Amino acid sequence: MLSTFLSQIANGLVLGSLIALIALGYTMVYGIITLINFAHGEIFMVGAYGGLASMTYLLPTVITQRWYFALPIVLVVGALVSILVAVAMERFAYRPLRNAPRLAPLITALGVSVALQEAVRVFYPGATAAIPFPDLFIQGTLIIPIGDGVPIRYTGILLIVLSLVLAFGLERFVERTRMGRAMRATSQDRDVARLMGINPDRVIVLTFAIGGALAGIAGVLYGSYLNNINIDMGFQNGIFAFTAAVLGGIGNIRGAVIGGLVIGLVKALGGQYLPGGTAYDYVWIFVVLIIVLVFRPQGFFGETERVRA
Amino acid sequence: MDRKRTVVATAALIAGALALTACSTNRTEAGGASSGSSCDTSKGTLVVGFVAPLSGGLSALGLGMKNSADLAVNEANQQCKVPGYKLALQAEDDQSTAQIAGQAATKLASDPNVVGVIGTLNSSTAQSVAPILAQKKIVEISPANTNPSLTQGDNAASPARPNATYFRVATTDAVQGPFAAQYLVGTAGKKKIAVIDDGKTYGAGLAAAFAAEAQKRGATIVASEKVGEKDTDFSGVISKIRPLSPDAVYYGGEYPVAGPLSKQLADAGLNIPLMGGDGIVDDTYASLGGREGDLATSVGAPAEQLPSAKAFIDAYNAAGYKEPFSTYGALTYDATNVLIAGVGKGVGTGTFGDGSRDAVLQAVQSTSMDGATGKISFDQFGDTTSKVLTIYQVKGGKFAPVESGEFKAS
Repeated sequence: MLSTFLSQIANGLVLGSLIALIALGYTMVYGIITLINFAHGEIFMVGAYGGLASMTYLLPTVITQRWYFALPIVLVVGALVSILVAVAMERFAYRPLRNAPRLAPLITALGVSVALQEAVRVFYPGATAAIPFPDLFIQGTLIIPIGDGVPIRYTGILLIVLSLVLAFGLERFVERTRMGRAMRATSQDRDVARLMGINPDRVIVLTFAIGGALAGIAGVLYGSYLNNINIDMGFQNGIFAFTAAVLGGIGNIRGAVIGGLVIGLVKALGGQYLPGGTAYDYVWIFVVLIIVLVFRPQGFFGETERVRA
Repeated sequence: MDRKRTVVATAALIAGALALTACSTNRTEAGGASSGSSCDTSKGTLVVGFVAPLSGGLSALGLGMKNSADLAVNEANQQCKVPGYKLALQAEDDQSTAQIAGQAATKLASDPNVVGVIGTLNSSTAQSVAPILAQKKIVEISPANTNPSLTQGDNAASPARPNATYFRVATTDAVQGPFAAQYLVGTAGKKKIAVIDDGKTYGAGLAAAFAAEAQKRGATIVASEKVGEKDTDFSGVISKIRPLSPDAVYYGGEYPVAGPLSKQLADAGLNIPLMGGDGIVDDTYASLGGREGDLATSVGAPAEQLPSAKAFIDAYNAAGYKEPFSTYGALTYDATNVLIAGVGKGVGTGTFGDGSRDAVLQAVQSTSMDGATGKISFDQFGDTTSKVLTIYQVKGGKFAPVESGEFKAS
């Protein structure tokens, strides 16, 4: 029984850290321009397809057969493809609407989301159905010898470690660097930041690029962990990531990570121990969301709203 | 509530709405190649409707069905099977979604030239398509639906046919589930079986039929779990059944879930075979993670082994379709030919109109022909009288037939 409990914790941590990586992009973009970028899930999806394309069409087998060469390259390619799409999306879909009413960019985001899905479906060979994705890390499963054994894929361990390292690095970047300070300033008051010599457009592009890079890395890791990808993957995981960002307090980096882990653990443990079993595991995620928002509408780490002048 | 929070709430609502309607786009492909035949087509064009998933996870099956229907229509045009008319295939994509299938059915039903509809692939989509077509007395023949309630109603004890216009050439899960149990428990000797299904009409029905027969034959069902049809990570379900040490998993559902599920079972150290129904029999099953030794049942006997299907396979290959005909190709070809023969008989030398629909229905009901998959006729519920099923096993990355036979009650 203990081993089952620990297995579910491991499952929850893997899913949770994946969602956390995507949620970081949601929360950062919201923090800077108060836009809920619903197309962010598609950035995640595009990264997975980009990484797969490099594996299938670009890299020689000498590299693809050795994970220590292939993994970093595919991660970088996935991140680059996602950055490219995210930056283009900001430039052509959101920047023209920067001063429009807030619902206009939101609806645009939904449109971009559908457009990206359809674009991949039409232009990526075989994307009308799920496509196999190679395992990019040490193959196989580590069985931790507790009770009946707690199985966890090596790729799963990689996913957890890499997510936490990236989230920690991002927080450091935002807190400690000059560019990070510019981001915080822009998020607090774009006009005053401009008066202080910050170029808000550059900061916003950087925010989309960082969010895109994290989503692209998440996409490649997702493919490598589950070994197949499809064009719907961004939508479903994007909704979870959005929920994680809201749960943790949208606009807050630490909150996005905690929110993601909570969702992963609630799904895994809820499916195991709560009535209804795995058929209802998604329900518990949103039950938790509702309970948290009733008592703490700003989420775990969200700041209470300030009235803007 | 301040403005910021209102926007977040609105966004959440829109996200929900999007989740419901995101895939409601309809794609129509004008099917039917222009054949250079010399038939008399002075009376115009009649439309053979077709509804199946042409995009999305199950498109490998759906496209094979579409091509096979197209082949039958083209041959009928060359052989002048409906005097005075040219036939055209109108293929609609249902994306395996009941609501979209319903829209496609409504569209086809509003066209007075639609003589009948071939489809659907999924039992869940048939539930919304069949009643719409029945209202207009349009014959529907499915090559792939296997849920018993479509022809026998919801009460198995007192079967009643819900739609007089609905027929199928596929054997039902009332036979398929028990047939699988007969093999897995009897022949393969598995005694502790975990049953998983996707909660859809087809998957849940098949899994229940399997579980009942498996228990009757002395096996223990150690767990019954459900997964979502769009899920990709099954670690939760697998961790749950792992301590119960099952020696086999039976999955009611389709290959986009079954393939990854099989791989993740092995990843978690459960090296036990997965067995499923006709929904997992597709060439992409293994590439999505299906393992050597996994088992499946499918309706009818394999086309490749049937002498009667040779002409179909040759014609299909000669026509140069991009996709393979897949699991339901031969059955779709037969279903289309049954419909065309029914139309030919019902219309005769007259003109097709709403008055001809009864005659077409009668002609289809009394069908007796030799098709690619064998002899085809229908019972009073619209079910095929053939009860032949086949066990398949993954060998060398593909499902290979093991044995064909009929279910025998123990």
